[in-house]
Amino acid sequence: MLLGPALALSAILFSLGVAGVLLRRNAIVLFMCIELMLNAVNLSFVALAQLHGASGHVMVFFVMTVAAAEAAVGLAIIIGIFRHKQSVDLGNINLLRG
Amino acid sequence: MTEVVFYIFAAIAVLSAALCILQRSPMVSALWLVSTMCSLAAIYVLLNAQFIAAIQVLVYAGAIMVLFLFVIMLLNLGDAGSDLRGPSTVAATLVIAGLLSVELLALTRYTPRRLANELSQWPTFTDPATVFVAGQVTQQESAARGVVGALAAPLFQVYLIPFEITSVLLLAAIVGAVVLAKRNV
Repeated sequence: MLLGPALALSAILFSLGVAGVLLRRNAIVLFMCIELMLNAVNLSFVALAQLHGASGHVMVFFVMTVAAAEAAVGLAIIIGIFRHKQSVDLGNINLLRG
Repeated sequence: MTEVVFYIFAAIAVLSAALCILQRSPMVSALWLVSTMCSLAAIYVLLNAQFIAAIQVLVYAGAIMVLFLFVIMLLNLGDAGSDLRGPSTVAATLVIAGLLSVELLALTRYTPRRLANELSQWPTFTDPATVFVAGQVTQQESAARGVVGALAAPLFQVYLIPFEITSVLLLAAIVGAVVLAKRNV
């Protein structure tokens, strides 16, 4: 069944993703950490779908679609920022600072 | 046997994820993330989600990570210096991530059986057997209809409208990416 271990693995991966988002300043690595968190959530959906039927798998499908759209738009934004600043370091990106 | 394979792939996934967030070069970090996603695909197979495992490899490890690698190479970020934040932020991060993982691990101890037990001690709640379907629903469904059929039936019946709206989302993402990546932004 492996429900508990799968949920525990999901928790650990999600925390690692949060740690990565807080630790790194490179915008692309930050995006990859967000993908890691989405993957952790997908794992818990799949683990719980063992109990509750294939609806969990459908949710994973939708999460993957959103992740693909987010990666495409986010990376386009990063390319745009790189053209302006010649850097993807988040410390240099403060256009919206009040 | 299944459990041994699960723990092997779980260890690979956690190690690769840790290396992904600690590697200095974005390129190396992306490759470790691909390793995490492939071991997660193996775990999906163990959890009776074969179709999800296939599209995990195709969409995540294939399409999305190749997009990341293209952008990293396009922007020539291969040998960027260390971008870790300062020691105080590292300490705060360790505290926050540690607390979060403790909290989530405590939540995973709430198995459906324990929750059903506690619910059954409340007189106002209904019979927990109606709330939690016992056993391996997915395995039975995929035995009855096939692996893809068990996913396709709810996707095209119950979740048809969300599925169609997904296409609008993808169209918006395409248009947004083209507009943002054009020359004069």
